[in-house]
Amino acid sequence: MDTILPILAGAIFASGIYLLLRKGLILTIIGIILISNSVNLALFSLGRISTENPPLIAAGSAIPEAPFANPLPQALILTAIVIGFGLLAFALAMAYRSYKELGTIDQDSLLEDAEDTSAAIINKTENKED
Amino acid sequence: MKSLILHTTTRLMMAVLVLFSIFLFFRGHDEPGGGFIGGLVGAGAFTLYAIAFGTEATRKILKVHPITLIAYGLLSLVISGIIPFFTGEPFLTGKWLMMEIGGSEIKLSSPLIFDIGVFLCVVGFIVAVIFALEEEELPANTNH
Amino acid sequence: MNSLLILPILIPLVTATLALLFRTSSHMQRLIGVAGMAALLVSVVFLFTDVYRDGIQVLQAGNWEAPFGITLVADMLTMLMLGISAIMGLIIAIYSIYDVDKEREQFGYYPLLHVLIMGVNGSFLTGDIFNLYVWFEVMLIASFILLALGNSKNQLQGALKYVIINLFSSLLFLFGVALLYGMTGTLNLADLAQRLPEVENTGLVTTVAMIFMVSFGIKAAIFPLFFWLPASYHTPPVAISAIFGGLLTKVGVYALIRVFTLLFTQDIGYTHTIMLWVAGFTMVTGVLGAASHYEFRKILSFHIVSQIGYMIMGLAFNTALGIMGAIFYVIHNILAKTNLFLISGIAQRLTGTFELKNMGGLYKHYPFLASLFLISAFALAGFPPLSGFWAKLSLVKAGLSLEMYIITGVAILVGLLTLFSMTKIWMTAFWAAVPEKGVPEHFGKMPLFGAGKLYIMVVPVMIVAGLIILVGLFAQPLLEVCMIAAEQLLNPSLYIEAVLGTK
Repeated sequence: MDTILPILAGAIFASGIYLLLRKGLILTIIGIILISNSVNLALFSLGRISTENPPLIAAGSAIPEAPFANPLPQALILTAIVIGFGLLAFALAMAYRSYKELGTIDQDSLLEDAEDTSAAIINKTENKED
Repeated sequence: MKSLILHTTTRLMMAVLVLFSIFLFFRGHDEPGGGFIGGLVGAGAFTLYAIAFGTEATRKILKVHPITLIAYGLLSLVISGIIPFFTGEPFLTGKWLMMEIGGSEIKLSSPLIFDIGVFLCVVGFIVAVIFALEEEELPANTNH
Repeated sequence: MNSLLILPILIPLVTATLALLFRTSSHMQRLIGVAGMAALLVSVVFLFTDVYRDGIQVLQAGNWEAPFGITLVADMLTMLMLGISAIMGLIIAIYSIYDVDKEREQFGYYPLLHVLIMGVNGSFLTGDIFNLYVWFEVMLIASFILLALGNSKNQLQGALKYVIINLFSSLLFLFGVALLYGMTGTLNLADLAQRLPEVENTGLVTTVAMIFMVSFGIKAAIFPLFFWLPASYHTPPVAISAIFGGLLTKVGVYALIRVFTLLFTQDIGYTHTIMLWVAGFTMVTGVLGAASHYEFRKILSFHIVSQIGYMIMGLAFNTALGIMGAIFYVIHNILAKTNLFLISGIAQRLTGTFELKNMGGLYKHYPFLASLFLISAFALAGFPPLSGFWAKLSLVKAGLSLEMYIITGVAILVGLLTLFSMTKIWMTAFWAAVPEKGVPEHFGKMPLFGAGKLYIMVVPVMIVAGLIILVGLFAQPLLEVCMIAAEQLLNPSLYIEAVLGTK
């Protein structure tokens, strides 16, 4: 496991980078998802994988039974997964919105410069009641 | 959705799911469970209701707006955090109050208030998302 | 142990919650927004006196001892950054009352603004590298939504670039954290600082240092990772542009200063030389980019990039004078840059556009606004006696004392080019004649004060302009405080002792 996981993480990271460089917006986001997973894997394997007792404290004692596994990497990964999930969901929702607005998911459509931004703002603010 | 089976079971399941979520919530005190899982199950109950009877009916039985639930959840997180201030201890220190009522020991604590906050946040968040997804075709201002 | 250290995080959280509860009432939201920021400022002032008097303050959240629990640390740098973020928060909250439309208010502009400030403050305060990641994400998610709020086409275009590049940078950061954890088995910054010198594989430590430099570099918009910034910062409403341009990139700079003074000091010859090159290129490309654009906010966005170069340069010098200059520069830059953005908003309200070629006559009709612009622009370019002069002077002094003449020369040259860009805005938007068509009817008739409620936008600008002059005229106290911060940074044992206790 100690060798397989890092190699796997590296391979997933590399595929994620490949997808990031593609044109379609959805592919880019899938690339980010892959990278996110590979980083979680890396975090998991760098936290040292071992087969030891679960770090649970039995009733009546103050410390877990040694040798116990390190619970911290799981906590870190759980946090990272939750955060990553939220951000990626947001990115997907934005990709969907921009598909509706721009009518395409080709990233070249993002290259063209935004037109004069003032018009949109002033229209929205003038009907603001005070 | 119009389906007699769904309507009837939903009415039955609502009570079971809500009770189960409360059970999970309190079980989390010493065993697996807690605010997050309890909140998920609770949100599941309202989601089921929203699928069966539509979001308008769900809003009615929920009484408060889901975002208000999130706000109250955040408030209880803050409250559980500042309780130890009154004894001069740092933010988020767990404070415990043990009582004996009718022979059984009851433990009240600031982590419990924290968990209530988590519960409310999870329910509020998921229900808000479900409402938004269900009501997407309607004009945006009905969300607020 | 200082229990009050949590306040800069807690107050924005409570404010955001209250704003959520009163989300149906615009008036209540605005009131809560401004009151929350004011409370934050008061709490930061109290904490500042604590740190000034007693040195580095520490809070172990939940009473769990470091390095096992979550630690909050406030040294002088943290306090300065917190102070400036609280001031800017208050300014933006007031400005938003008029600038942000009702639709955005209903969709949670005020709660998000406070969550953003909470994330920024959390990043400044945390003493734990994983928590830094978490606070970054809090800040990012709020900034994503603020940037995209409103859903207009060009906002989405800008926000998508911002979201994807920032997601990538966060993942790189997390990867660096994983490597650090694998090497040392700890995530507490003070504990890391103790253990990193003992790591045998110094090459890997340098690798992690470079990963962090790239990741924070994306957030701080340094060369060659800045391209997302000018593409997105000019799309949202001005209040949001201003807080992003003023504050958010500086969080990246703060993180760079923190990790490259506390953690990665093993191979200074390598890492800091790269940083010096990066700083030079950042300054030059930023200012050249600004010279080639004719949109008010785009010019300012490119200048953010160029100014970041100065801060990185001060950090790369790695002397007390250099780091002091960098910190002072951060403070000065947040003031001047935010103010320029805010002024661009007022100018747009009056002329109806951000395009310089369609503007004109602002000096003739609004001389007071023109003078406010001049103060901020000259401060940015580094004219005495304004704040920018002292910031640049200390950096140039630091460069000369190290005998690094080329980079110092570049810094001075870029200052001149900055002046050129500012003059461009001045010549077209302020001094040129009023354009013949496309001018809104209210131009020249709408007063800055009185009817029209424009004063809600002008008063914050006046306050910041006043601060710029104050910092310029009475620079010595602030310079001294920055010096304390720099000395604390260059002596990591103070930080380690404060967090882990004396050993």
